[in-house]
Amino acid sequence: MVPLSAYVAVSAVLFFTGLLGVLIRRNFIIVLMSVEIMLNAANINLVAFSHYLESMAGQLVALFVIAIAAGEAAIGLAIIIVVFRGKISTNVDEMNILKW
Amino acid sequence: MVLVFFSYFALASIAAGVLTVALKNPVHCGLALLALLLHVSGLFILLNAEFLWAVQVIVYAGAILVLYLFVLMLLNLKTDDRYFHSSYLYFLPPAAIGTLYVVTLLLRSPFGGTKGDAPTVAVLQDGDTYAVGIKMFSDYLLQFEVVGVFLLGAIIGAIVLAKTPKPVTEQRKG
Repeated sequence: MVPLSAYVAVSAVLFFTGLLGVLIRRNFIIVLMSVEIMLNAANINLVAFSHYLESMAGQLVALFVIAIAAGEAAIGLAIIIVVFRGKISTNVDEMNILKW
Repeated sequence: MVLVFFSYFALASIAAGVLTVALKNPVHCGLALLALLLHVSGLFILLNAEFLWAVQVIVYAGAILVLYLFVLMLLNLKTDDRYFHSSYLYFLPPAAIGTLYVVTLLLRSPFGGTKGDAPTVAVLQDGDTYAVGIKMFSDYLLQFEVVGVFLLGAIIGAIVLAKTPKPVTEQRKG
């Protein structure tokens, strides 16, 4: 029987990986992918607690998280396309059109 | 046996996550993300969450990842030489130490709490999909509707954002 803390530890490692990716990567698309890693880490946590505490609530929240992630990916990629059309690269350091 | 599968899925998903962050070519990063999503879905199977496994494979690996790869190929990005933040070496040691600290704390903590109303035996009797459906359309109906409205807003927003803007001269003629 795998202990619950093992799942939580895996989820923590994945979450830190995603956080590091958001902080150090410069390509906007990879930053969005790192956000997906973090959402997946949260999902592992939710489902693990749902299984070990014998409640269905965690799985339902994980489903909603997946729906939110789908919306976030669609909007984020649309923003990337708009920014790229304005002849700006997808490098997050060069994206400063809202700065004044 | 479960322990073997758990170790494989956990280590493979962590390795795929690190590769997603570390690889240079964005398409390779997308493929590493695909490996991560599939291994996480394997963890869901070990936790008796078959419905979430199916949703993870269909929605995440099937739809969201294809969206990412599609945009990557549409934009035809050239790979930068400096694809990391200029001072990323300063981020790595604190992140590694912080991860180790948090993982040690988590591995030592006794997790517990009041048990819910869905014991594993009862869930396995009718299937996980049945249990999720009953719960979703009774207690979580409002949240379900809110997520539906959210997705509609996301669709409309994405279409409005990504639509090709009409040239100004053409609008004046019409």
